Amino acid sequence: MTKERKMTLTIPREELMSPGHLACQGCGASLAMRVALKALGQRTVVCIPACCWAVIDGPFPHSSLDIPIYHCAFETAASSASGVKAGLEMVGDTETAVLAWAGDGGTFDIGLQALSGAAERNEDIIYACYDNEAYMNTGIQRSSATPLGAWTTTTPVKHYKKHPKKDIIAIMAAHRIPYIATASVAYPEDMVKKFKKAREYKGTRFIHVFAPCPAGWKSRPEDTVKLARLAVQTGYFPLYEVEDGEKWMLNVKIKERKPMAEYLKLQGRFRHLKDEEITMIQNEVDARWERLLKRCEQ
Amino acid sequence: MKKVIMGNHSLSYGAMLSRAQVIAAYPITPQTQVVELLSEMCADGTLNAMFIKVESEHSAMAACLGASLAGARTFTATSAQGLALMHELLHWASGGRMPVVMGNINRAMAPGWSIWTDQNDSLSERDTGWIQFYCSSNQEVLDTVVQAFKVSEKLMIPSMIVLDAFALSHTYEVVDVPEQKKIDAYLPPFNPPFRIGPDDPHAFGGLTSPDHYMELRYKLQKDMEKVPALVEETGKEYEKLFGRHLGQVDEYLCGDAEFIFVTSGTPGYTARVAVDELREKGIKAGNLRIRLFRPFPFEKVRSILSGIPKVAVVDRNISYGHHGIFYQEVKSAVYGQPHPPAIFGFIAGLGGRDITRDAFKEIADHALSRSRAEEEIVWIGVKK
Repeated sequence: MTKERKMTLTIPREELMSPGHLACQGCGASLAMRVALKALGQRTVVCIPACCWAVIDGPFPHSSLDIPIYHCAFETAASSASGVKAGLEMVGDTETAVLAWAGDGGTFDIGLQALSGAAERNEDIIYACYDNEAYMNTGIQRSSATPLGAWTTTTPVKHYKKHPKKDIIAIMAAHRIPYIATASVAYPEDMVKKFKKAREYKGTRFIHVFAPCPAGWKSRPEDTVKLARLAVQTGYFPLYEVEDGEKWMLNVKIKERKPMAEYLKLQGRFRHLKDEEITMIQNEVDARWERLLKRCEQ
Repeated sequence: MKKVIMGNHSLSYGAMLSRAQVIAAYPITPQTQVVELLSEMCADGTLNAMFIKVESEHSAMAACLGASLAGARTFTATSAQGLALMHELLHWASGGRMPVVMGNINRAMAPGWSIWTDQNDSLSERDTGWIQFYCSSNQEVLDTVVQAFKVSEKLMIPSMIVLDAFALSHTYEVVDVPEQKKIDAYLPPFNPPFRIGPDDPHAFGGLTSPDHYMELRYKLQKDMEKVPALVEETGKEYEKLFGRHLGQVDEYLCGDAEFIFVTSGTPGYTARVAVDELREKGIKAGNLRIRLFRPFPFEKVRSILSGIPKVAVVDRNISYGHHGIFYQEVKSAVYGQPHPPAIFGFIAGLGGRDITRDAFKEIADHALSRSRAEEEIVWIGVKK
């Protein structure tokens, strides 16, 4: 007789995000918010700068979230959140978590200065970047989070992105903030764990969430979770944590990484790549993976 | 208690007496002493506030807005380039109805680099939906901070308190620093009609379709139109408690005047010396100092200037391709009115060049020797 295995649901049932929002089919960013809020709970204020989520929430007077939202200026997710946190404290609310929820453009590019400032001051905020690897809300223009080899509307196939994406985690780790993690919509249990953990910490917490975008990646909506999982399994987007900028921990260990070709071929944005270019991308991912393993061994 | 303090410290004391709860600021000459004193006050507990030492003026205003939305009384200060960097968020403050109060020390815009006074920095923000007060003494700076919080929080519109670089910011004057409990009686704690928090969750500033956007702006304008009366009301209330009136404008011998200098900021004081000298010569001169620039005090300006034969508007600013900005505004205020004065426009003192008593004499000579303005801009003291 086989031993009965008891499944424990680690993802809270509470839904703080309602249907009827304005996300595209298969949107990774909407899934990311849903899971993140399950972990953070209702006593959260979210600051959302210009990004897909500025629209997904729904137009005035509607909102798809059961938590308060401050729609702030593009480059101000971190500075707005710093202000909201200070304001709440001064009016006697020390419990509410303040979440900055920005896209990759608002984090890697235009919002980086404010984010660096907040991290250096160790503001008591959670900063989550949902990364769909381009300016998707404005029509798929490249950001510094766009990966090597990708097509976007400003990196046409004849002049595809020639540089790898910015290493935002290394930048944040250099600020020695208490908690940094990567998370993926394909690993919701892991993501819930990380957001819950972040909520327990004081100081600046940064979570980088991988969020596929079918419209921008030219992938099938039903492949969003599959792509997010492949990104982890190939080592392209590993799941790990960094504490105090020093303690690096790999959370999902991959014995045999899948080839990048498997991940790339499901996305129209990489369709133009020739074999040698795919090898170049594979080499970049391999090097990054080795570097990460070394950091995690220390 | 009377203290001898610089204009910058007048702003700090104003914020302290107003019990600002969150301050976010970035240093820029000539604003620096404002935030230095405030950070000391926060450190030694004189002021129970959180001071966020941000990495730019853009983040300073962003942090102020977040704090204001959370229901905290919020103060900052800046100058010139810093104000320009905040520009986007000035619209955010008024559009989001966040009553931040900010000191701006007028400094000329670069290039070339200048740390000296002129008004092009604050006047470039004319259309951002902020109330703007122009001050001419350190006492007025302190008093205006307190009044501005009262006006701003009542209407949920932010205020900018403007003072001249060095002529006020670094000049020491005797200032009566009121008692805290008297200020508390005048200025109640900030209690906004809406605030961000989990007990009553709302989305603030989300996507607004053409069906709704215009109404938001209409409401802002309608509330802006309430400012002049509220400035008079709160100014009179202030006078009852502290003996100093804070109105939309400040008149000097305008009642029987035949010739009026219209000024803003510190040149108003110099203008009064010129007024006295003209009166000694038998010319009935006066000075109208515009204190509230946005919203523009149309009614006041009309009633004072109506029937006055000649008016000289002195601008320490310029709208390139147009004229002096106060000149434009005064002309538009009296346009179509019965008995409008002949209005002359003068530009003087850009980039901190002194506007002297002789400059006012030259201005008076020019206006009094002509029946009407022959040109839109008369440059005073420029090396052509």
